[in-house]
Amino acid sequence: MRKMLTIISNVLRGSASRNKCDLHKLEEGPPLQAMLSREEGLQYYRTMQTMRRMELKADQLYKQKIIRGFCHLYDGQEACAVGIEAGINLSDHLITAYRAHAYTLTRGGTVREIMAELTGRRGGIAKGKGGSMHMYTKNFYGGNGIVGAQVPLGAGVALACKYLGKNELCVCLYGDGAANQGQIFETYNMASLWKLPCIFICENNKYGMGTSVERAAASTDYYKRGDFIPGLRVDGMDILCVREATKFAAEHCRSGKGPILMELQTYRYHGHSMSDPGVSYRTREEIQEVRSKSDPISMLKDRMLSNNMASVEELKEIDVEVRKEIEDAAQFATTDPEPPLDDLCNHIFYNNPPMEVRGTNPWTKLKSVS
Amino acid sequence: MASLRCFLRSGKNAVTAVLRREFHGTPPAAVQVTVRDALNQAMDEELERDERVFLLGEEVAQYDGAYKVSRGLWKKYGDKRIIDTPITEMGFAGIAVGAAMAGLRPICEFMTFNFSMQAIDQVINSAAKTYYMSAGLQSVPIVFRGPNGASAGVAAQHSQCFAAWYGHCPGLKVVSPWSAEDARGLLKSAIRDDNPVVFLENELMYGVPFEMSEEVQSKDFLIPIGKAKIERQGNHITLVSHSRMVSLCLDAAAVLAKEGIECEVINMRTIRPLDAEAIETSIMKTNHLVTVEGGWPQFGIGAEILAWIMEGPAFNYLDAPAVRVTGVDIPMPYAKILEDNSIPQIKDIIFSVKKTLNV
Repeated sequence: MRKMLTIISNVLRGSASRNKCDLHKLEEGPPLQAMLSREEGLQYYRTMQTMRRMELKADQLYKQKIIRGFCHLYDGQEACAVGIEAGINLSDHLITAYRAHAYTLTRGGTVREIMAELTGRRGGIAKGKGGSMHMYTKNFYGGNGIVGAQVPLGAGVALACKYLGKNELCVCLYGDGAANQGQIFETYNMASLWKLPCIFICENNKYGMGTSVERAAASTDYYKRGDFIPGLRVDGMDILCVREATKFAAEHCRSGKGPILMELQTYRYHGHSMSDPGVSYRTREEIQEVRSKSDPISMLKDRMLSNNMASVEELKEIDVEVRKEIEDAAQFATTDPEPPLDDLCNHIFYNNPPMEVRGTNPWTKLKSVS
Repeated sequence: MASLRCFLRSGKNAVTAVLRREFHGTPPAAVQVTVRDALNQAMDEELERDERVFLLGEEVAQYDGAYKVSRGLWKKYGDKRIIDTPITEMGFAGIAVGAAMAGLRPICEFMTFNFSMQAIDQVINSAAKTYYMSAGLQSVPIVFRGPNGASAGVAAQHSQCFAAWYGHCPGLKVVSPWSAEDARGLLKSAIRDDNPVVFLENELMYGVPFEMSEEVQSKDFLIPIGKAKIERQGNHITLVSHSRMVSLCLDAAAVLAKEGIECEVINMRTIRPLDAEAIETSIMKTNHLVTVEGGWPQFGIGAEILAWIMEGPAFNYLDAPAVRVTGVDIPMPYAKILEDNSIPQIKDIIFSVKKTLNV
């Protein structure tokens, strides 16, 4: 019986701190109402919870020095990744910057192989050779370390989509910090000129590393920065907002109108990366306020409970299952062996006969295969 | 020009015609082809062969190419496959790399490689390193091509040689053709290669004609990337060079031959991977080495070759220290007399050869 119940949810949430859906060069925006089925709700809840737990586990492993180097965590922004994926198909394409663990998951990666990549083991999604910022799956082009570079790449993927005529599109993500990059404006120009099926999405989490948006951008209306590209700004903490906006944007692209720009207003609980405590440029009160009033997982949970779409026990059961999945993955990630040394020089070239690579000294000749 | 193209396209028919002619004792039909036309034909044939190949860059389509290398291609293949870009290198190089990641085979033209500096992050961090970072999940079959190095009177910002910069990076193949045959065979190989290839042309060579044999004219003529060619045999000294400097080495060798000095001239053809073996084999025969390049000396092509030779088996065969002939270590000046004295001249090569041979 419960399965047949759906709810009609009021998508637009006005609130003192967040804007409604704002439009730029668009006559109409996404619908004001959305349908959420029980199955969808449970699936979104599970996925967001998995992301949350996975990122918190990564935090733990980093503090234990089992994860090294850069680690940029996504907790707080889960509604963006899950909402976007819900608005497109797996046959569409997606590219993002370095805060990419969650997208690796939505694009088909498993928690096991993501965590093992973070710990640099052979079972990692990139065999331990990429690390946190360089994870790839089918139709997911990473994981990119250079701020802003992924945006032209994404437009290139969109060009291929148009060229090959398969009615696919590319979602091209970047942050509020990257939004000021010149190459992004170069990309807006070409994507518009050539009507590339590209959804540009700015995940505005209010801070580019330690610099607040007011200190970095002359105009913080990121959804308008595409100028001649139509834009919309939605609440990135509400998964249904994100989903409906993405569907709207996808429809725009697929109908051949060219690119569109979406700004998702969201928030990250962690600092920029694990080396940043995240409290020197913002207050603990601010973080706490977002957590209590706008947490994406809590908001979905409340919505489902208050509409009798699921019981407290059911959701708790999902929590338990998720916790177990993360524990198992962490166990794997900490016990899987590191990559073998003879993999060191492999994967330089594709489809190439085996070749020699110079080692650290003239007598050391290492082997490289494709 | 049209008849030349007709002839070249008739490929198979030409071969049978030749065989018939050979029966009567006439030589095979070689033709004179400029480097520009060789590049044009190579791109034309590869565009025809594989639908995923396309060309993008500034002025490549309706203008027929800033240096006319892509002449006629837009007329033949249209907007979808020959794309004029705005003057935004970082953007369009990134777009080209993304297209390659998603299954196309782009040829990304830089009007000159000086402008590639604007886009170098996309070449190195997005193209060259991705196959490795993804442990083989994501390949990038792209060619970056355009004129490299000194031209004539274009001054400092338009004259830099990037062979050493790109040659430094793993994950890239770097190619530097000299002749029309090189241009044709190497560009075809580059386009068919599933990896990022930096293809360094030379503006001053575009108009130079070379004889192209029947075999080289065939549609599947490929020159393997990574193999040097001995352009001239000799016993007394090895000259190693790439691109336009090969011409100067051959001219210097002709002058030296009159004095009884026989130079072996090696045309590198590929910068990375370096064909050290070809150089070593030659040194084991001649016992002397001079490298010749147009670029700056510090941390350059010659510096790398000399380091290889020091570390390898050929060192013991050297009868004198190996030396480099390079461009002068200054930004390129404009005035002709200054420009002429900023790059190696034939007399500089002759001088260095004689010093090395102690004659």
